[in-house]
Amino acid sequence: MSLAGKIALVTGASRGIGKAIALQLGAQGAIVVGTATSAGGAEAIGAYLAEAGIQGAGLVLDVCSDESVAAAFERIQADFGAPQILVNNAGITRDNLMMRMKDDEWYGVIDTNLNSLYRVSKAALRGMTKARWGRIISIGSVVGAMGNPGQANYAAAKAGVEGFSRALARELGSRAVTVNTVAPGFIDTDMTRELPDAQKEALLTQIPLGRLGGAEEIAAVVGFLASEQAGYVTGTTIPVNGGMYM
Amino acid sequence: MSTIEERVKKIVAEQLGVKLEEVTNSASFIEDLGADSLDTVELVMALEEEFETEIPDEKAEKITTVQEAIDYVNAHAQ
Repeated sequence: MSLAGKIALVTGASRGIGKAIALQLGAQGAIVVGTATSAGGAEAIGAYLAEAGIQGAGLVLDVCSDESVAAAFERIQADFGAPQILVNNAGITRDNLMMRMKDDEWYGVIDTNLNSLYRVSKAALRGMTKARWGRIISIGSVVGAMGNPGQANYAAAKAGVEGFSRALARELGSRAVTVNTVAPGFIDTDMTRELPDAQKEALLTQIPLGRLGGAEEIAAVVGFLASEQAGYVTGTTIPVNGGMYM
Repeated sequence: MSTIEERVKKIVAEQLGVKLEEVTNSASFIEDLGADSLDTVELVMALEEEFETEIPDEKAEKITTVQEAIDYVNAHAQ
């Protein structure tokens, strides 16, 4: 499933699932640009890519800023060329019960997890339609389909990711650009390590495979969707959740 | 140096995947040259790049034939 010569952009690549995806696409031969919100994060990405012998770079990108997106694309274009693989991974959680939810918790999650897809995908489209080949893969969540108390903001954004992807898949099919969502269940990352132990125990009883997933298990599915072999898969959501929701 | 008309026709032919001789001045992108809505958006973007100009949406909607594209470029290109 070689991606040799392809340029991949992975947002939120400093740790967790994004890092695993950057390494996976790199291992398949892609040139990888991974982004982080801080200069330190971008530097760390550059370092782990170099250590793995992957061509590419770490780049500062705030997916909530039009200016930042424009600057990042200019930089990528100048250094590597137009990305043909985009992985919309950057995301945050700001959990709270609805009755206590603050405006910044709602808008922050919608902006980072959903509005970012509009900003970043739009910037990437021209290169893909011109090339008559492209892959847009966005990271959703099992929560987008099944809901979760305390995550109305996150669930709304992640369900939105799926609708966005289906619409775009229909728009871009004639250009051989596929648009898909990968919806992880509970994956062992910093984001889930913050959960209280009791909640984690309770969660495990709901997962037929009886464990949290690994970030590299999400990355493997993203690696497949990015490949030539996945060319007939578009507009769909692939759940990777250990069977907790089916 | 090609004329604006030649450059416009070349872009239309490339973008819509049709033969240059089919790109007559009166040809409509959608009715005669088989373009769909995404094709017309891409065509406008290609014209913007070639002639280093920005075509606002409300103007772009009115460019439906080869001649209209030539006229727009003649009126607006630097």
